[in-house]
Amino acid sequence: MNLHEYQGKSLFAEYNLPVSKGEVIFDAKNAIDACNKIGGTKWVVKAQVHAGGRGKAGGVELIDSPDQAEAFAKKWLGQKLVTYQTDKDGQLVNSILIEECTNILKELYLSAVIDRDSQKIVFIGSSEGGVNIEEVARNTPEKIIYQGVEFKDQSLPEHAKNIANVLKLNNEQTNQFIPMIDNLLRLFVEKDLSLLEINPLVINSDGDLHCLDAKVNIDTNALFRQPEFLEMHDETQEDPREAEAAKNDLSYVSLDGNIGCMVNGAGLAMGTMDTIKFFGGNPANFLDVGGTATQDRVAKAFKIILKDPNVKVVLVNIFGGIVRCDVIAKGIIAAIKEVDIKVPVVVRLEGNNADIGAKILSKANIKIESINNLSDAAKKAVELAK
Amino acid sequence: MSILVNKETRLIVQGFTGSQGTLHSEQSIEYGTNIVGGVTPGKGGQEHLGKPVFNSVKEAVDKVEPNASIIFVPAKFCKDSILEAAEAGIKLIICITEGVPTLDMLDVKKYIDNIGARLIGPNCPGVITPGEAKLGIMPGNIHLPGSIGIISRSGTLTYEAVKQTTDLGFGQSSCVGIGGDPIPGSSFIDILKLFEEDTQTEAIVMVGEIGGTAEEAAAEYIKANISKPVISYIAGQTAPAGKRMGHAGAIIAGGKGTAADKISKLKECGVHVADNLVEIGNKVAEVLKIN
Repeated sequence: MNLHEYQGKSLFAEYNLPVSKGEVIFDAKNAIDACNKIGGTKWVVKAQVHAGGRGKAGGVELIDSPDQAEAFAKKWLGQKLVTYQTDKDGQLVNSILIEECTNILKELYLSAVIDRDSQKIVFIGSSEGGVNIEEVARNTPEKIIYQGVEFKDQSLPEHAKNIANVLKLNNEQTNQFIPMIDNLLRLFVEKDLSLLEINPLVINSDGDLHCLDAKVNIDTNALFRQPEFLEMHDETQEDPREAEAAKNDLSYVSLDGNIGCMVNGAGLAMGTMDTIKFFGGNPANFLDVGGTATQDRVAKAFKIILKDPNVKVVLVNIFGGIVRCDVIAKGIIAAIKEVDIKVPVVVRLEGNNADIGAKILSKANIKIESINNLSDAAKKAVELAK
Repeated sequence: MSILVNKETRLIVQGFTGSQGTLHSEQSIEYGTNIVGGVTPGKGGQEHLGKPVFNSVKEAVDKVEPNASIIFVPAKFCKDSILEAAEAGIKLIICITEGVPTLDMLDVKKYIDNIGARLIGPNCPGVITPGEAKLGIMPGNIHLPGSIGIISRSGTLTYEAVKQTTDLGFGQSSCVGIGGDPIPGSSFIDILKLFEEDTQTEAIVMVGEIGGTAEEAAAEYIKANISKPVISYIAGQTAPAGKRMGHAGAIIAGGKGTAADKISKLKECGVHVADNLVEIGNKVAEVLKIN
């Protein structure tokens, strides 16, 4: 789960990390008050969306009057910001962060992720901050440090110094950096993060380290013990169908084809999409009904798939392990009765109680192609979508 | 022979009396698995499915001498359950539950490795040796005792590979679902090693998917250490690049992890790659004919 920059920065502040004085507004009429409350004569206004690349897309501006903050808020609130990290429709802006202006001497890069290979939390640092960091990583890998760390690591100060060297920090900055790494690691572990990125981490005109941005991603599996984040969740940043699916514990990603897919298991869902493409078709979505699909969830999955007007046929591919095929069959029938399904449905059931499932479908007196071989089922769906 | 589990396996079930634990224990017993008891704190002394229930793994170890445990407890309790089993001396722990926090797994993995136990999962279908023992949630009836070792990151894709090798009459020596989480208890390499040593296994099917670099690492390992033919399928060849936030994920992946990268690496290392999900069985047949 992603946080907005302003939410990430309030977490940073909680962990004594240096962030700018700022105010978040949800209404343009509060812009002038916010600037006055922050004080000073220069501010930065930043559109809050769950994507990077905002600066290049016009979502970040430097201003020198509160009126300009109001104008910026009027321009962006309720609009969608398209950056190279969003899809073509962009992300809705429903809040603006106004901050005091920081004079930047140098931009650095710092992030932390869980590295699957080393099975550790790894800090990534570079002396070259900014939006071109991926190019830096590709072209000049020697400018990037990957430093694995452990919880309650005695040698954390040493690790921090290693990173500080690559960041080319002076002694004073290194002294600021060592507790900063300690705080970031505590934040990462205590709040169950899966990603934390400060790009840029800057050296300001006083020579001090300062976090100019904050990207924070929470491990959704850990939300049960991090209830504060549930309130911070901004649903408007997600595709509405994906959000609705998530509410029903379904994993859904919309695509641009015309064959709707309902599959159990992420791997098989991807494999089914691959098979459709292999036979010349185009999947309209990825949808994993999960391991414990109930009749109700299957019905909801159908409704979500059929909200996409491009869908010409639905291919259901269920290999029953945890989920029994007779349950799926009943769900399909319930959904077809509930929703007015006008498109053909091809169903392939295999595994646990597949024969009972197939019988239930054939007795149901509804328009379903029941095919128990995946190749044939995929070919049939491709043919029906033409 | 087979790997990890067989008729001699003495299994306990953690989360025995819950709905998932009950459903799958019933099916495992029906399959012939030797379940010697279960653990549900607070329900010790009762009997469930005709087996004794214990309050702790330690108590179960003292009374019924299990050598494997399968875990069905809710995700928030998995870390404690895995550590409890390892601490009590269980050497094979299979965690079926999905949704275990990644940071919990970092702790668990370190502990398991130090103590010398083996963890399969979490978020996996488990392990089966056809005709002998089923420690998991896979549908038993699609399996056939035979010569193919199957390893997979995805549950339902494992079943697909099993079904195809059964339909062609090869059958399976053992099938291991290692789970799709970022930090799995066992890797492809851990299981490849076991299949290489197993005399019953003539060929290995490795089913991977996009994300991470586990398949790339396995490819290198296969090239250097595995003499048996390995057939692979990678899911997600047509998956679109998702929306993303920031750069850290892309930097750490270093441009690796796509299906195309994995497939070219596997081929380069001598692995036989099935182009399509429905071709896994045929690829096995083709490879075994040549060998």
